[in-house]
Amino acid sequence: MNDKVTLMKGNEALAMAAIRYGADGYFGYPITPQSEVLEKLEEEMPWETTGMVVLQAESEVAAINMVYAGASCGKAVFTSTSSPGFSLMQEGMSYMCASEVPALVINVMRGGPGLGTIHPSQADYFQACKGGGHGDYHPIVLAPASVQEMADFVALGWDLAFKYRCVSLILADGLVGQMMEKVVLPEQRPRRTEEEIRKQCPWAVMGRKDMRPKNIITSLELDDDKMEANNHRFQATYREIEKNEVRCEHIDTDDCDYLMVAFGSMARIAMKVMEMAAAEGIKVGLIRPITLWPFPSKQIAEVAQHVKGILVPELAAGQMIEDVKLAVECKVPVEHFDRLGGNVPSPEEMFNALKDKLIK
Amino acid sequence: MENNDIIKAENRVYKKPALLNDAHMHYCPGCSHGVVHKLVAEVIEELGLTEKAIGVSPVGCSVFAYNYIDIDWLEAAHGRATAMATAAKRLMPDKLVFTYQGDGDFAAIGTAESIHSCNRGESIAIIFINNAIYGMTGGQMAPTTLLGQKTATCPYGRRADLNGYPLSITPLLAQLDGTRYVTRQSVHTPANVRKTKAAIKKAFLNSMEGKGTSVVEVVSTCNTGWKLTPEKANNWMVENMFAKYPLGDLKDVDAKKE
Repeated sequence: MNDKVTLMKGNEALAMAAIRYGADGYFGYPITPQSEVLEKLEEEMPWETTGMVVLQAESEVAAINMVYAGASCGKAVFTSTSSPGFSLMQEGMSYMCASEVPALVINVMRGGPGLGTIHPSQADYFQACKGGGHGDYHPIVLAPASVQEMADFVALGWDLAFKYRCVSLILADGLVGQMMEKVVLPEQRPRRTEEEIRKQCPWAVMGRKDMRPKNIITSLELDDDKMEANNHRFQATYREIEKNEVRCEHIDTDDCDYLMVAFGSMARIAMKVMEMAAAEGIKVGLIRPITLWPFPSKQIAEVAQHVKGILVPELAAGQMIEDVKLAVECKVPVEHFDRLGGNVPSPEEMFNALKDKLIK
Repeated sequence: MENNDIIKAENRVYKKPALLNDAHMHYCPGCSHGVVHKLVAEVIEELGLTEKAIGVSPVGCSVFAYNYIDIDWLEAAHGRATAMATAAKRLMPDKLVFTYQGDGDFAAIGTAESIHSCNRGESIAIIFINNAIYGMTGGQMAPTTLLGQKTATCPYGRRADLNGYPLSITPLLAQLDGTRYVTRQSVHTPANVRKTKAAIKKAFLNSMEGKGTSVVEVVSTCNTGWKLTPEKANNWMVENMFAKYPLGDLKDVDAKKE
């Protein structure tokens, strides 16, 4: 066990964790606030140690299609970007999901819309969870709230992607990407050999070794009945993921009177609000979704049965709150609190919102 | 001598390459794609690269290239074939990686990927079919459509003031440091077919040897899109296309050394 604690930015921890996972390749394009991922990888020169490929692409469009190809070859490949770049990657996300290839994508969100700001946001929730590209598809969406989770979700994301032949998306906000915290990095794992990949991914495009039948990775099927069957297969996988892979953290929810539902950096601020509330004798619990898709609807509905109201603090103008409302089916009041445009609230602001909107 | 006396294995001078399967091709009679597909299959077979070959098919008429040639294939989003080939080759340097793209895919929507892959000197082979029209979508204007040429989206003929000029992209690529071999060929006569085959072979060997990017442009016909018979399409190509897109090697780094 490597228990060496180091101090690192979230973006850097993610880059280091990817090398140590035994990643085969990274393809990306610089954009604030996630450029440290590519910078760290170039600094570490993993091609000299593990043989990992690192390439600065000419655009996010090229980068996501490089990842599409690498994933189609059964390789553990990934890219990272921030919101405007993630918009450019939506076509590739749709193609990868349609082709059922296992890829890892990281979006360290900044404020939008448009070029927006370089400061933290969570306003790509819809784009990430509801399918930002065309067609019916879902990536698994993981929401880290600490530098440690930035590192840990690399392995989790890839393991899930290979398990279900799907895309895993780490949806961090700019705060989690930029902040420095203690982190324990995973041990270095060897990269899989070509033989191991051929065994694990018999569908992978790697050349017809031993004259096996050809492998084709495509998202195209002009026969409507076959394309409908493909869609039913995708949906069956999504139902399986919904059944098995919902993850969330419950904090003090057993006997709370009020519940907050928040992810990423907003969950960290909500934890401070819980302390402030406790000091005033108000019992506030927190559910922190770790998977934003699949969403912990059942878990939220269970806690909702015994609370007077729910606050959903977001760095977005009301996105995740829609899923919370669907989960609780109007049985308790669900209120929204936000800061937008790259601003992050203080715990006092959030606590005041809780009191104003739910306790009065 | 009866026909059956002639039809014997020892008299056989020509056969379909085994990699070109019996799937019914969707290409129009007279289209250049069928010939170029055959050449790709022949060269892979002759070089013994069936187990190492990875093709990247585009969006356009040749989108289904993967149905006809029995090697491993990736099917790219429109214009992104060279980005996909870049990753495949970097992740598996011992493989033959090539793209097969039309003019819309390679020289319009994919221009950024095309230029940057060539400029990085990715050791991939690019087969670029230039027939000056969008065939698959029904004959719209391509980046390479000639001035005066009529298409569904320039029905009165391409005009520079309205539609811009035709793009001759291959000479641009020849100027880039990353390209090893850039050539422009055609397949309208047996002699030209042989030259194109030699070009594809050189390009594929360059990929295997990690020598940088090779581009084989094939000036091609689209008799359906051009609304001509196959024979007239060949003639129209010779009379009109070759002036803007003259045949021959534009760059061969190895030839200079020899």
